[in-house]
Amino acid sequence: MMFIEAWDYLAGHQAQFLAALWRHVALSASALAIAAAIAVPLGVRLADKGGSALVAINAANIGRTLPSLAVLALVMPIMGTGFAPSLFALTLLALPPILINTHTAIRQVDPDIVDAARGMGMTALEIVRKVELPIALPVIFAGIRTAAVQVVSGAVLAAYIGGGGLGDFITAGIAMMALPQLLVGAIPATLLSLGTDAFFGWIQRALTPSGLRAP
Amino acid sequence: MIDLDALTKAFAGSPRPAVDRLTLSIPAGEVCVLIGPSGCGKTTTMRMINRMIEPDAGTIRVEGRNILHSDPVELRRSIGYVIQQVGLFPHWSIADNIATVPRLLGWEPTRTGARVDELLSLVGMEPAQYRQRFPRELSGGQKQRVGVARALAADPPVMLMDEPFGALDPITRTRLQAEFLRILRGLRKTIVFVTHDIDEAIKMGDRIAIMRDGRLVQYDTPEAILARPADAFVDEFVGSDRALKRLALIPAADVASAGASAGEPSARVPADASARDALSAMLATGVDSVTLIDENGAAHGTITLAAMRVRLTARGDGSAIEPHPLSNT
Repeated sequence: MMFIEAWDYLAGHQAQFLAALWRHVALSASALAIAAAIAVPLGVRLADKGGSALVAINAANIGRTLPSLAVLALVMPIMGTGFAPSLFALTLLALPPILINTHTAIRQVDPDIVDAARGMGMTALEIVRKVELPIALPVIFAGIRTAAVQVVSGAVLAAYIGGGGLGDFITAGIAMMALPQLLVGAIPATLLSLGTDAFFGWIQRALTPSGLRAP
Repeated sequence: MIDLDALTKAFAGSPRPAVDRLTLSIPAGEVCVLIGPSGCGKTTTMRMINRMIEPDAGTIRVEGRNILHSDPVELRRSIGYVIQQVGLFPHWSIADNIATVPRLLGWEPTRTGARVDELLSLVGMEPAQYRQRFPRELSGGQKQRVGVARALAADPPVMLMDEPFGALDPITRTRLQAEFLRILRGLRKTIVFVTHDIDEAIKMGDRIAIMRDGRLVQYDTPEAILARPADAFVDEFVGSDRALKRLALIPAADVASAGASAGEPSARVPADASARDALSAMLATGVDSVTLIDENGAAHGTITLAAMRVRLTARGDGSAIEPHPLSNT
């Protein structure tokens, strides 16, 4: 009964729904892309450092424990409301898992392999590009996958600080006790999270070099 | 040709230098084995030759060129490098692994491909069967074959090998030692070979450099080191069976006198046996002489216990050697 009402609501608000869905995806994808662009190079750089890496990684670990809503709430007094502060907050959320996984993955590359690469005359950059990154890629992508799911779920909360997205239907639905409207936000948001996880899982497998796959 | 002159390296936090004013000259085309107990500086010495470790003082010349003035990356591309754990790139096929240095040097793909096949054949692996395999599909011995092929790819005049057979089981190790000795001798590479195994050093080395506490204790041919250890440390290091080790280096035919042994029947060994094999045959059969037999079963000569004793106690010029005093340190 309620689902039929939800379907009717959706049919009546198609344009609004598609805009919100697009906004949700754009917000999540941008946050993820920015976070990856920062955290992957940073994680690689920190991998061959000792003390400074420890500080950064511990900071990231603490960052990981913060509730998504708290991060969004903390950003609002500084940056106000809208797309930009939501993007900023979601980027912050996505950084720790990518940074931690990249750092760990690079550090776990067998030192003998790196020694051989150096001994054969690879430059520091060639070692990262040709050896360390490809071997670390599956673990780095596991971090990106975690971050992606976290961001897509977190983006629901962006509605609280005016970021838009599917969360708009949910917050409005709660405020007005309008269950069908709430479901129009909640069900697609859930499916989007599940889909994101499956999609990145597939990419992760596809990117694993065949020499590293289990025989 | 590799010349080390007063080479010194100290690591922070260590009471004495890891390598202490080491001077050593390795002739072109020879295998020089660096050996000594752990911490003697053998690996550090080797790693300074391709500047994986930067020396504090001293000079290194490779074919007359002071390598401390050259670009380390270029230098390493011109020196073969083989390590105990091999360090194959797990995400690359065997062919890609072997092609590492040629690709870094920008070779044409067709030239690189031909070279990969040539090297796989050289190390006894069928190219068509192994080219596209991955390192995880190979046994330990096969991995090190690929490791050596990879080091040889750009045909470097100098090879550095750090305990290349150390991680292999004894049977594979013995087989690879013999095989690589044959391959590397054929290629006339100048090789610096690090090991802690004296038997391997005797087998592989044209010369052996025995190190202790960062210093060179003795540098000579295996035969000379076994015959005349420089001091008590070397004597102990080469082992109490050094006379037997020397016999293993001497072909039985070198000690044999012509003709079959007269009178009593004697044991027989193949003509290409070592003097040690001949001695073993004597001990096993309780006689004082053995006959060398060629492939056709014809007597090739006779080797006696007395002849071996003369050979072991005489210098090349025929004078007797003084046994070295054990107190000499």
